[in-house]
Amino acid sequence: MCMFQSVMNYFPEEVLDHVFDFLTSHRDRNAVSLVCKSWYSVERFSREKVFIGNCYAVNPERLIDRFPRLRSLSLKGKPHFADFNLVPHDWGGRVYPWIEAMAKSRINLEELRLKRMVVSDESLELLAKSFPNFKSLVLVSCEGFTTDGLAAIASNCKFLRELDLQENEVDDRKGHWLSCFPESCTSLVSLNFACLKGEVNVAALERLVARCRNLRSLRLNHTVPLEVLQKILVQAPQLNDLGTGSFTHDPNSETYVKLKNAMKNCHSIRSLSGFLDVNGRCLPAVYPICTSLTALNLSYAPGLFSNELAKLIYHCKKIERLWILDTIGDKGLGVVANTCKELQELRVFPSDLYGVGNAAVTEEGLVAISAGCPKLNSILYFCQQMTNAALITVAKNCPNFIRFRLCTLNPVVPDAATNQPLDEGFGAIVQSCKGLTRLSVSGQLTDQVFLYIGMYAEQLEMLSIAFAGDSDKGMLYVLNGCKKLKKLEIRDSPFGNMALLSDMGKYETMRSLWMSSCQVTLGACKTLAEKMPRLNVEIISENEGGAGEGEARLDDRDRVEKMYLYRTLVGPRTDAPDFVWTL
Amino acid sequence: MGMESDENRLEYEETELRLGLPGGSLKREFSQTIDLKLNLNASMASPPSPHQQQEKITAKPPAKAQVVGWPPVRSFRKNTLAVQSAAAAAFIKVSLDGAPYLRKVDLKMYNSYQQLSEALGKMFSSSTIGDCGVKELMSESKLIDLLNGSDYVPTYQDKDGDWMLVGDVPWEMFVDSCKRLRIMKSSEAIGLAPRAAEKCKNRA
Repeated sequence: MCMFQSVMNYFPEEVLDHVFDFLTSHRDRNAVSLVCKSWYSVERFSREKVFIGNCYAVNPERLIDRFPRLRSLSLKGKPHFADFNLVPHDWGGRVYPWIEAMAKSRINLEELRLKRMVVSDESLELLAKSFPNFKSLVLVSCEGFTTDGLAAIASNCKFLRELDLQENEVDDRKGHWLSCFPESCTSLVSLNFACLKGEVNVAALERLVARCRNLRSLRLNHTVPLEVLQKILVQAPQLNDLGTGSFTHDPNSETYVKLKNAMKNCHSIRSLSGFLDVNGRCLPAVYPICTSLTALNLSYAPGLFSNELAKLIYHCKKIERLWILDTIGDKGLGVVANTCKELQELRVFPSDLYGVGNAAVTEEGLVAISAGCPKLNSILYFCQQMTNAALITVAKNCPNFIRFRLCTLNPVVPDAATNQPLDEGFGAIVQSCKGLTRLSVSGQLTDQVFLYIGMYAEQLEMLSIAFAGDSDKGMLYVLNGCKKLKKLEIRDSPFGNMALLSDMGKYETMRSLWMSSCQVTLGACKTLAEKMPRLNVEIISENEGGAGEGEARLDDRDRVEKMYLYRTLVGPRTDAPDFVWTL
Repeated sequence: MGMESDENRLEYEETELRLGLPGGSLKREFSQTIDLKLNLNASMASPPSPHQQQEKITAKPPAKAQVVGWPPVRSFRKNTLAVQSAAAAAFIKVSLDGAPYLRKVDLKMYNSYQQLSEALGKMFSSSTIGDCGVKELMSESKLIDLLNGSDYVPTYQDKDGDWMLVGDVPWEMFVDSCKRLRIMKSSEAIGLAPRAAEKCKNRA
């Protein structure tokens, strides 16, 4: 030990700096910075990319203080269940304070990636005007901005390479934001505006594409018609990643023929998505590019019939990532299983969210995929029904899952064949898949499944639970067993105070815990908050009058509707709205 | 929602499967679970009768009741698909000779004649029919048999206003051109009936 320490002291800092340059993963860098003070110091001055998984775990000042050479920041805001309307609208996660602080400190920000954050037009304007070298903006599942904010980005960011908008709620002001890219802008490599609802100036779009010779990724929104797509493809045959806009036209028209020819010329397209408004009879135009595709997203095309999908997929022999709707059916999944031998990630989304509708996919499709696709390691599967036998078979066929998310459309449905809970099936999954890091369970489940998860899921980092378990024991099995657990989210399950308070120190090893419609009481939450000052324990109340009145009305013995707790270095947040009460 | 006593807990233990409802030992039908979530009428909160406990939990999701945030799909995706489905829906009127009222179906929901036939079977088996002769025949499977058999002839009105026999053209073409469905009694389908029965059986 002594010798090692003295050897390390002889390393000049420049050498360490150079060595650390090779460390790109933030986990590696975090580990390295814990070795000793010297390494901590060298590392922090050399780190350019910072990832913050919970924006309330630290604050902008501490970030800037520690990493003055920051160039690329990734931030996540709201808890995951916010995606499903479980978190009230103004809960928080505003990015403005971060941008403001970085601007004031003259950080040379080049990249900003945000997920589930509130982004105002004001923040976008400040961003656009404060960082002359700004290159890349990626917004995923964010809200709060309009196309005016996008116009500010387009107008001011002279070296913009990437503008990637994924599934954001954007208010469309019809201000022709796209026309705001100046004629001098030729640096775009990636442009994704598929989630925008309004029209764009197609002439400006065509000119933009024509002058950005490095453009590799382009995803259009549904207002861009097929005629324009055709013209764009003629201008940009070098594209790697294409998201079509509307894909419907008379297949007998000249335009369609031109499109087919343009597509034949696009030899580099490896990723295809869009089809936001599609006529199945136009699909054959993409067959030529199917053979080289590695990623395909048809999950926004509910109008495609199962056989049309199957015919398309039949050409996609190299697919590694496939996102699709359950309209494909079990039979269609059979075609995938027979064709897509390179498949690694599959997501099957539900097409019918509002009515009774058709039974779309069942355990059959999943079993077929597991048998046919040996490289499968990540799955999200919404299904009508499931059986233990099927899950056991899947576990045997695919021991390499790192992400396994199963959602039965009826959240408490039992095994369709035996009427038993699905405990054994999920148990087989965790036992077989030793590298599993993310798991979502559903269907009828008892404490037993959590016993299995605690016993076998040693690498598990994120677990999502809904309508499952019988008692506190279930949650305890997980907390005691899963040593690497970082995020636990639970809704509508009978876990209460005993489980919550059994190992309070555990929560400091995790990023966050969400519990809604469970059995935890206000008193227990208060106890936890008192004993663990480095956790923020938030009670989210949706009663009228806000938490102020709620405080008066809620008794310690009352159950808490929504609790979100997370470790933090900076104490209770100052921007919490009325209905959020940090204990 | 009252707290269950230990007595009740013992009673339930050996019987049906649990639903994981908060409160642990309470066993309820799934529809009641959802209703509680939506804070619907208080009558649903009463303890389940022994009769209800015998019923098995079906795999089919409840028709209208929605659990908040389930299935877990991003709002963006939900909203986008909703808009697209509304735009793409192909609702048409369906009349069955002898039924007291018409129904509407969205043809885009189905992938084949068989699926449509089954859906229609479910739909009309639940209508109450005045005419006792027809009532006995209104079980789901029987209706499907009927539709495929010779007593009823499924016809549709196309874009041009002509009445056509269901089953001649590929499914997708049918969805595109069908404006209205009428399931006729074969006695009315004069001249078509013998061939119609043949074709229907082949399509099944």
